[in-house]
Amino acid sequence: GDDQAVELVAYFKTQMQENPDVASAVAAIRTLLEFLKRDKGETLLGLRENLTKAIVKLTSVDSSVAVSSGGELFLRFISLTSLEHPDLSQCKKVMIERGELFLKKISLSRNKVAKLCHTFIKDGAKILTHSSSRVVLRVLEKAAAAKKRFTVYVTESQPDCTGLNMADALRKLHVPVIVILDAAVGYVMEKVDLVIVGAEGVVESGGIINKIGTYQMAVCSKAHNKPFYVVAESFKFVRLFPLNQQDVPDKFKYKADTLKKSNNLAEEHPMIDYTPPSLITLLFTDLGVLTPSAVSDELIKLYL
Amino acid sequence: MAEDDGAASQRLNSGAGVIDGESEDKANISRFKAEGRELSKEEKQRLRKEKKQHKKSKKDDQGKTEEIKGKEKKSTMTSDRQQAQTNLPKAVPALNSFETPVTGDKAPSGKSKAEIRAERRARQEADRASKQVQKGESSVTAAVSGPSKTKAIPSEPQPVVKRLPEHIQVDDPAVLKKLAKKLERQQIPLRKDYGNKVSLFSHLHQYSRKAPLTQQMSIPSTVIHPSIVRLGLQYSQGIIAGSNSRCIALLHAFKQVIRDYSTPQNEEMSRDLVNKLKPYISFLNQCRPLSASMGNAIKFIKKEISNIPSNSREEEAKVQLHESIDKYIEVKIHLAAKAISKYAIEKISDGDVILVYGCSSLVNYILCDAYEKKRKFRVIVVDSRPRLEGRESLRRLVRKGIHCTYVLITAISYILPEVSKVFLGAHALLANGYVMSRVGTSQIALLAKAFNVPVLVCCETYKFCERVQTDSFVSNELDDPDDLIVTKRGETPLENWLEVSHLHLLNLVYDVTPPDFVDLVITDLGMIPCTSVPVVLRVKNVDQ
Repeated sequence: GDDQAVELVAYFKTQMQENPDVASAVAAIRTLLEFLKRDKGETLLGLRENLTKAIVKLTSVDSSVAVSSGGELFLRFISLTSLEHPDLSQCKKVMIERGELFLKKISLSRNKVAKLCHTFIKDGAKILTHSSSRVVLRVLEKAAAAKKRFTVYVTESQPDCTGLNMADALRKLHVPVIVILDAAVGYVMEKVDLVIVGAEGVVESGGIINKIGTYQMAVCSKAHNKPFYVVAESFKFVRLFPLNQQDVPDKFKYKADTLKKSNNLAEEHPMIDYTPPSLITLLFTDLGVLTPSAVSDELIKLYL
Repeated sequence: MAEDDGAASQRLNSGAGVIDGESEDKANISRFKAEGRELSKEEKQRLRKEKKQHKKSKKDDQGKTEEIKGKEKKSTMTSDRQQAQTNLPKAVPALNSFETPVTGDKAPSGKSKAEIRAERRARQEADRASKQVQKGESSVTAAVSGPSKTKAIPSEPQPVVKRLPEHIQVDDPAVLKKLAKKLERQQIPLRKDYGNKVSLFSHLHQYSRKAPLTQQMSIPSTVIHPSIVRLGLQYSQGIIAGSNSRCIALLHAFKQVIRDYSTPQNEEMSRDLVNKLKPYISFLNQCRPLSASMGNAIKFIKKEISNIPSNSREEEAKVQLHESIDKYIEVKIHLAAKAISKYAIEKISDGDVILVYGCSSLVNYILCDAYEKKRKFRVIVVDSRPRLEGRESLRRLVRKGIHCTYVLITAISYILPEVSKVFLGAHALLANGYVMSRVGTSQIALLAKAFNVPVLVCCETYKFCERVQTDSFVSNELDDPDDLIVTKRGETPLENWLEVSHLHLLNLVYDVTPPDFVDLVITDLGMIPCTSVPVVLRVKNVDQ
């Protein structure tokens, strides 16, 4: 029980450290797969319960939306097969195979997204992005490799200044990059041609949950009539339906440590915000290029 | 099929032979009608035959042929005609279907069936071709305007052609004539329209509550089952109102009908019972236009009945039908309400101020359930004339102990800044994502959008319909205009509104809300955005 949980968390943390390039959700799924392999449960139901508990444990370590959605999708994917074998080890083998397959599919998803999106970046474009997203980085890499010339404006993204990491990565690709204040988004909007952001989670309405400041950027780009593109892998689709900013569950808004330590959450700064689908032009996912209203369709297919 | 045609031709021969007695029979028939007795089969066929003769001679004179649809229905004469009587959207025009059996049967017996059919088909093709030519020249008569409007490509065979339902073509005299004939055949009285109608809505029926349909029928009526008569009266007088209640009452009445039904000789229950239900449905439609929920329930019942295996005994079949109807009510309405409530409760947080409009059984259930689960919220009930349904909603919520405020719809811009969420019920959800609900709903949704208040619509999946509508004019319902007359301080200004020719009173029942104003739809399948309704319809059709 507890030892397993500690082992789990340790494994997860090592995974995150070893592969910084990989999304936290992917690391979580790898951890879950490892957990499945080591699990000593006797029944299928017990196995599933243990996995669910493991997912909950992982979300308490890293409270991003993607970890919880990725975990749930993983669970569904591996159980979405006939598990009619009389022998439990047989069933486990099937589930592990499916798990490996799932992992392989999602590690390819970032490339699929990049392939779809880089064609939307024209030569000479000025792009605005928010904070640090590895998917957006991959898209820009691909566009640069396709010999396109473009400039990138990155927001600093307080309070953790992750935008600076993005700027460094882009400088390594020899892409001209300018770091701007979060408050300067409205100022810069008239100069840019398009806005590309990543997402931590894509919700049922077609809206996204992303680092705080994304909603402002979306509202500004709508006011200036600039296209607002979102790039996200399909394992980030989650069965939430927030009506407004208040409606996003607290467990996603704040970091896991803050949730545990703080006495009054109202005094803490939320780390994410919700962007409604009316402000998003297109979503680039490994399932294809979707409009926000098509996301619900895809979600129904994924989850039902 | 062969025996039936043979039997039909036998009956025809017997009819044709008795020429002297024909006039006597005519008198008999009109007497029977006056007494309200159900005409026997032979009498019905004699009537039909006379009409056909009359029409054929008229046609030969005019040299005009009516359009005959491509799909020939090869069934018995009775079921053919009765199928044609119903839902105009799909059926061949009743008048036209008469032609095919008669002309076929009248051919000399020397020709084989196949030859007769081939002749018939060739004649129809020739008719259709000549029709196309004539259509180009002259203006088309109203009787065929329905099908011809939708037939854009002349040469292609007819796929499913959707025609305008007759209840929204009231300003078209030919359609009215057809309706009158159909009701006459089913022995249902035609309800007269009442009062001057606003010109924008002149294509809809407007009835008066003071003239119920049963005044024109003899009581007890043997044509319509008494529980259906009672149901029709309850609908037209407004005793049963509300989408769910109407549907449940309808299903209970049909259960009674099935209980009292006995299969006649030489008939199969699955086909005969469906035919028996058709006049009842027309009667109910005359009392009050069918709602979307009732329409779906009727489709379900018809499917259940026609799926009865032919070898099952009558008792077993009846029990099975009763069970499936009970299951439908239980699953689609009661369990769906529980599922919707489970999802809706996630959206109700402590300290919420919830606005509701009118009286929706589902929304009331959700709020009472949330109150039981110890959520702290208060409710603002918005109401509007002339129905004042909000009072019933208020009664139910206050009885539960929920803190309520009551306003009229004119005050919503005053009260909306306090509101955190709006919960609305729906009468139907259309295939393009539009929400059809009580009149006033779209106004509330519009204002809520302007005040940035989230609007949640709660609707069970059995109310989803395949219709597409973008405005509230095309298909609506006009209630009794006398409801708008109010007496204040002993004065009734609108008392004599009928005498003032340029005064029209309008009492609309439904309106249509576009999906941009609705943030979330809660159904028993989960929470979906308004634009995903066609996805649900698709998933549902796959399931069934």
